[in-house]
Amino acid sequence: MMRCTHVLAAAILLAAAPIVSTGAGGSPPLGLPALEAPAGNPQTPEKIALGERLFNDKRFSATGTVACANCHDKAKAFTDSPLRVSEGIRKLNGTRNAPTVVNSAYFTRVFWDGRSPDLEDQSLHPFVNPVEMGLTNHDPILKIVRTDPGYVKAFEQVFGKTGNAVTMKEVTRAIAAFERTIISGDSPFDRFYFGGDVNALTAAQKRGFDLFVNKGRCVSCHNIEQTQALFTDNRFHNIGVGINSIQADVPRLAGEVLKAQATAAEVDVKVLSDKKTSELGRFMITRGLDDLGSFKTPTLRNIAVTAPYMHDGSLATLREVMVHYNNGGVTREGDHVNDFLSGGIRPLNLTDQEIDDLVTFMEALTSPAYAAPAKRAAGARQEVRR
Amino acid sequence: MTSTTRRDFIRTTGAIAAAGALPLSLVEMAFGDTARNFTFAYISDAHIQHISATKFVRNWDRGLIRAVAETNLLVPKPDFVVFGGDLAQLGSKAELDHGAEMLAKLGFQTRCVMGEHDYYLDLGEYWSNLFGPQHYSWDHKGVHFVVLNSVLTYDDWTFKRWPTAEQRMLEMAGLDNPNGSPFMVGEAQRAWLGKDLAAVTKDTPIVVFSHSPLQKIYKGWNFWTKDADEVQAILKPYSKVNVIYGHVHQIQYNQIGDIAFNSVMATAWPWPYPQSYAQAQQTLPKLTVQMNRADPFFERDATGWQFIDVNTGRVAMKYNLYNNTNRIVAFDAVTGRPVDKAFQDPSNRIPPQDHY
Repeated sequence: MMRCTHVLAAAILLAAAPIVSTGAGGSPPLGLPALEAPAGNPQTPEKIALGERLFNDKRFSATGTVACANCHDKAKAFTDSPLRVSEGIRKLNGTRNAPTVVNSAYFTRVFWDGRSPDLEDQSLHPFVNPVEMGLTNHDPILKIVRTDPGYVKAFEQVFGKTGNAVTMKEVTRAIAAFERTIISGDSPFDRFYFGGDVNALTAAQKRGFDLFVNKGRCVSCHNIEQTQALFTDNRFHNIGVGINSIQADVPRLAGEVLKAQATAAEVDVKVLSDKKTSELGRFMITRGLDDLGSFKTPTLRNIAVTAPYMHDGSLATLREVMVHYNNGGVTREGDHVNDFLSGGIRPLNLTDQEIDDLVTFMEALTSPAYAAPAKRAAGARQEVRR
Repeated sequence: MTSTTRRDFIRTTGAIAAAGALPLSLVEMAFGDTARNFTFAYISDAHIQHISATKFVRNWDRGLIRAVAETNLLVPKPDFVVFGGDLAQLGSKAELDHGAEMLAKLGFQTRCVMGEHDYYLDLGEYWSNLFGPQHYSWDHKGVHFVVLNSVLTYDDWTFKRWPTAEQRMLEMAGLDNPNGSPFMVGEAQRAWLGKDLAAVTKDTPIVVFSHSPLQKIYKGWNFWTKDADEVQAILKPYSKVNVIYGHVHQIQYNQIGDIAFNSVMATAWPWPYPQSYAQAQQTLPKLTVQMNRADPFFERDATGWQFIDVNTGRVAMKYNLYNNTNRIVAFDAVTGRPVDKAFQDPSNRIPPQDHY
């Protein structure tokens, strides 16, 4: 395991972009643990600023129209809500709903199927995926960062490197450093549970919280701990989404996977371009039967502003999500339950009122920075029109 | 919060990284002719339990459904599948029919072993209608396979003790039950076994399937077969005997003389009982001893199924364990007994969680 250093305080105090929701005195936002960055990639304000610039640079795509920020839009809690699945160059669609960057610093694996071990590795792949940014290789990026005067100066300042010494390692480290500043807690739930403000939640939200940790069993995967809550267990589960639509194809598709090991690059392309293969989930990475149709537990922070839901964006509302779980892993009651369904998913016998309370509770997980960003964005557009 | 899960820990330390990855590799060659190597799959102890009308206990259903579906995905494909007994919970037609329907989805020839939960309602009559004889043998690619019904008991207990068949079934299903009776293969089957083996050369690999262990482990739960010693005596002249049994819902292995013993996992629930089941509606028999469990969230944790090769003339048992670390218990030619390929060395073991 890599040695880690505590970098949050420095990052918060020095970060140029006011994205980070800071707690008092540089401690992490209420409800989040102290953040650790890998020893090999310490946070510096200059590196974070460089990473943000790279994150927003559309030139790093085949058409010059797609940056990381296209699908991870700050105004949409770093997703592309309300798109069902992400849209890359030439309006090409992938197979998966853009996961938020917010609090991804705490993930132990990245991508819905966990095919990347960390943020540094993750950012390499969308550049060269044909349905995302569509480059054939990373050379065009290197050409830009080695020649653009602003980048030349920044890379020299941050990494002490120029010309051919600047590689994708430096590029991805800067992007990851920026992403590690995008953390947010301090939601009404945090103020209630960790801050002791009994009035921070409504009565319905309090009922929903009780259901969340008891009858609804949500907390089994969307973890809440005594001092902080990431709302994810960083694990992978088959919850009957996606896989349910390809059940008849599983033997053929799984057989292909088991017969020949694909390279990581091949897997990256295949899972975003072929819907059926995508639904095999983490099995594509581990080839373990236990992982068939399983995807990473997403955080629930800011969930109310990032519709639609699930790895394939197939459920439009949080209520639909709750109904799916309440049915024991099928969206429509009575549908065929997936043979490989995770053992944790079973009918919950929640009433309509209880489902409403759970949805209301999830609406209390939005941090101030992202409260109704869609509404704000809509308001801003109207301003422009006037 | 820990930053890595237990499973991640295992993977990154590389201890058994290969065990969880399919396709399985056949590493040991016994016959010099690799074309004769083969695998078979083993599913056991589904305990399909009827509640009322078309309703069955969901958890037990899901366990068997998943094991069948996963077995069908195996690459390379197994030559056949064995179901190791206790398909039903209380031996009813509804339970046996429902279980048979699920087993019918296996894309392979399926051989069945009688369990006490299948037997003691109608003394195996309906089970035999569905699955055929209760003891039999066959040869496959140089290995002699034998199935025994090891869950018989004294005629007095079976025929004279109980006012109803239902009560007889319930009494035999109980644990720590003073009204119970020890399992046995019985004189008639032992005589049949002796005759069956008479035609088999002494160095032919033999695999015997029984529901209860053909060795004596724990009498209170009938982890026990009363005439195990007599059965072992019949097997003793043969140099490569492997006994595979269900019933115990946990991984066991042992060596007595030249006879290697391996148990298989249940698809229903693990023994001893995990405490976590107390969270949900209790559909289990009385709780006696509790077991620590990796993650109480997962109903399937500590259950599983297995694929097996006999390529050395000895059993290599690969356990497919849900939400857990897959394990391999294979006969070790050096020590002359089955060993766990990853965890036999105490320094490689994962200490059980002792705090909450």
